[in-house]
Amino acid sequence: MDFTYTETQDMIRDTLSRFLADTYDFETRQKFTASDAGRDPGIWQALAQELGMLGAAFTEEQGGLGGGALENAIVMEELGKVLGIEPYLPTVVIGGGALKAVGGAQADAMIPEIIAGNAIIAFAYAEPQGRYDLANLRTTAKKDGAGYVLNGHKGVVYAAPWATHLLVTARTGGGQRERDGVSLFLIDANLPGVVRRDYPTVDGSRASEIYFENVAVPGDALLGGEGTGLALIEQIVDEATIATCAEATGVMQKLHEGTLEYTQQRKQFGVPIAKFQVLQHRMVDMFMEVEQARSMTIMGVLKLGLPANERMAAVSAAKAKVSRGANFVGQNAVQTHGGIGITQELAIGHYFKRATMIEGQFGSHDYHLERYERLTLGE
Amino acid sequence: MDMEFSPEDLAFQQEVRQFIAENYPPELRERQDEGEEMSKEDFLSWHRILHKKGWVAPAWPVEYGGTGWTPTQRFIWSEETARADCIRLMPFGLAMVGPVIYTFGTPEQKAHFLPRILSGEDWWCQGYSEPGSGSDLASLRTTAVRDGDDYIVNGQKTWTTLAQHADWGFFLVRTDKDAKQQEGISFLLIDMKSPGITVRPIITLGGEHEVNEVWLEDVRVPQSQRVYEENKGWTCAKFLLAHERTGIAGVAASKRAIEKVKDIARTEVDGDKPLLANAFFKRKIAELEIDLTALEFTELRSLAGPNANRGPGPESSLLKIKGSEIQQRLTELALEAVGHYGAPYFRGFGEGDNQHPIGPDYAHRAAPTYFNTRKTTIYGGSNEIQRNIIAKMVLGL
Ligand SMILES: Cc1cc2nc3c(=O)[nH]c(=O)nc-3n(C[C@H](O)[C@H](O)[C@H](O)COP(=O)(O)OP(=O)(O)OC[C@H]3O[C@@H](n4cnc5c(N)ncnc54)[C@H](O)[C@@H]3O)c2cc1C
Repeated sequence: MDFTYTETQDMIRDTLSRFLADTYDFETRQKFTASDAGRDPGIWQALAQELGMLGAAFTEEQGGLGGGALENAIVMEELGKVLGIEPYLPTVVIGGGALKAVGGAQADAMIPEIIAGNAIIAFAYAEPQGRYDLANLRTTAKKDGAGYVLNGHKGVVYAAPWATHLLVTARTGGGQRERDGVSLFLIDANLPGVVRRDYPTVDGSRASEIYFENVAVPGDALLGGEGTGLALIEQIVDEATIATCAEATGVMQKLHEGTLEYTQQRKQFGVPIAKFQVLQHRMVDMFMEVEQARSMTIMGVLKLGLPANERMAAVSAAKAKVSRGANFVGQNAVQTHGGIGITQELAIGHYFKRATMIEGQFGSHDYHLERYERLTLGE
Repeated sequence: MDMEFSPEDLAFQQEVRQFIAENYPPELRERQDEGEEMSKEDFLSWHRILHKKGWVAPAWPVEYGGTGWTPTQRFIWSEETARADCIRLMPFGLAMVGPVIYTFGTPEQKAHFLPRILSGEDWWCQGYSEPGSGSDLASLRTTAVRDGDDYIVNGQKTWTTLAQHADWGFFLVRTDKDAKQQEGISFLLIDMKSPGITVRPIITLGGEHEVNEVWLEDVRVPQSQRVYEENKGWTCAKFLLAHERTGIAGVAASKRAIEKVKDIARTEVDGDKPLLANAFFKRKIAELEIDLTALEFTELRSLAGPNANRGPGPESSLLKIKGSEIQQRLTELALEAVGHYGAPYFRGFGEGDNQHPIGPDYAHRAAPTYFNTRKTTIYGGSNEIQRNIIAKMVLGL
């Protein structure tokens, strides 16, 4: 047993954290998230070209640094600390994860594009009626000659306005909520018939509603088997969920540190408010949530390779815990700051907003608790 | 002891319902339903209608323009206005400075200001908090120095709610630097158009312009605009804080909000059932309803119990704590209910496109409302401070 990081992993963290300290201070981030594009594309380019960071989780044969889920977690935690909106999660963790899993010509063609920073992938999976159920799909992909025709509506697709490619879940058969008949496609984001409505999100990113209106996609857009894609989708969403737990850990750590710092400097009744025991205990509770979020993330990373049911139970345990923790730490960071905590002026409020959105991302606390119960205690 | 409405109460309830149905402005209703941010005019339109009817200040003594309603009638009134989603009335004049003026003011102050509060002619703001004085309000440093018949006021206030609309503000200022903290404070009414006042917006988490910084530089204020004695302003402040806390329980509004969350959860689907059928979600609603019932009966006991005429005491802190926590949990549940559609941020971007909607209408303000409602455990004396008050004043610790 060994819970230490390798030298390469330490190097990845240090390099990234130094780079983000220079490029991603709060003011700068506020500026580019408010710009028309909603991002600074130069940062993504630098992550790819200067730092080689987009290859951290790919094998050396693929042109990467030989890492996997742990490297993804390291990158996501660092991004969490600066409220990074870079599309690392959908592009590398999810898109890259799917490509690694299916391999073959599609992976050979796309992975170098990801590592080079040329491809940005958005994950179009959620549908308005589906909540967190990955199989609840109305989007259809009908066989048409050698290819398929896509129709349907995907909701709140993060990073879609920036994407070169979309990773789409759709039904090639089966009823709306059946396990069978689900397929996964990686398509060019600009195919005719892809209609996007872009908007900002409350946590500073960009997303879109995507409507597929008779979109003709080539046959080789299908990743994995036709109609048997759900297991693969569950696997990559589990990987994404753990990566999100890692991001949450970074966000929560900053909320906690910011609170410690503020309460030692803010004086009321002639003393720093950190002297009030009720606030001390609150900050201790926040600290314990941060520590446990980090532990559960590592637990999840280490169990991602287990058989599906064990993997899913572990991921749900992690996410249930982290969702609660993000809620607690976010709310109490704001509370402990008093009025200044609910303004746009301090970073703390923005971390709170991101923590809030993470609570529900890839399933709420309740959703994961229920899945955990089902998998470990039976129906 | 009973909790039945008398035939008169039931008749009153009917009268209130009918009045609202016939008089509530339809344009305002429409703007509310669409989740628009409410303007000064929106707030004032309903205020003026109630003023015309004589119902704008049910809590005031009749001699100053109150309705003379019994506690039961006032209860019915708040239930019915919440049930009908009537816009809330701004508390700064009606619930805050009004009672201070009729309790502590001079005959001239009463004659001048009270009718203008009732009519809505003056919009008031509350200038208490300062950058360095939040929970520790008595440490405030804005000064008022005598100059002939005037005071010259200098300092900075902050978190001043809707000061951008205000005609008048009531301010706590220091008139004696050498006295013990609470003893050197005076309560001043200041015309917000006075030279030397600058109001700057502070934008809150949901993107709202709701609070402001207010700068006062050599602002000249006639001494006749001081309420109560010089250096006795803390008495007015304490009186008012206790009043502020009772209103904050917000039972009727929370009841209405629970209904709205239930409506959302009936519409949202979870698998093949409505979200409201989800055991986890349903349980949280049930817990909230039970907690709200406990709050309601705690409030009723204090309104219609043996101590009813004593005015709000330290136990109003309990109402503030529990009421604000419930309000927050409600917004949290609403956000949870809308799932993915909590994320889109609607402020400041284009009109809808009906062909390609962005989630259901009820989701549009779920996240900003949740963010914004974090304020309820901070303002009006934070919940930590309220617990300190209960520990000290109620438990004697
Ligand atoms: C939306 C909003 C609207 C407002 N509107 C107005 C207005 O119109 N007019 C006005 O005058 N003010 C207004 N306020 C100000 C409000 O009253 C203050 O925010 C409040 O008193 C808290 O002060 P603070 O923000 O400076 O926080 P601080 O006093 O700095 O408190 C920070 C944290 O420390 C805790 N704390 C402080 N002292 C203690 C203690 N002794 N023991 C334990 N914990 C403690 C607090 O509970 C809080 O969690 C408004 C505030 C908000 C958020």
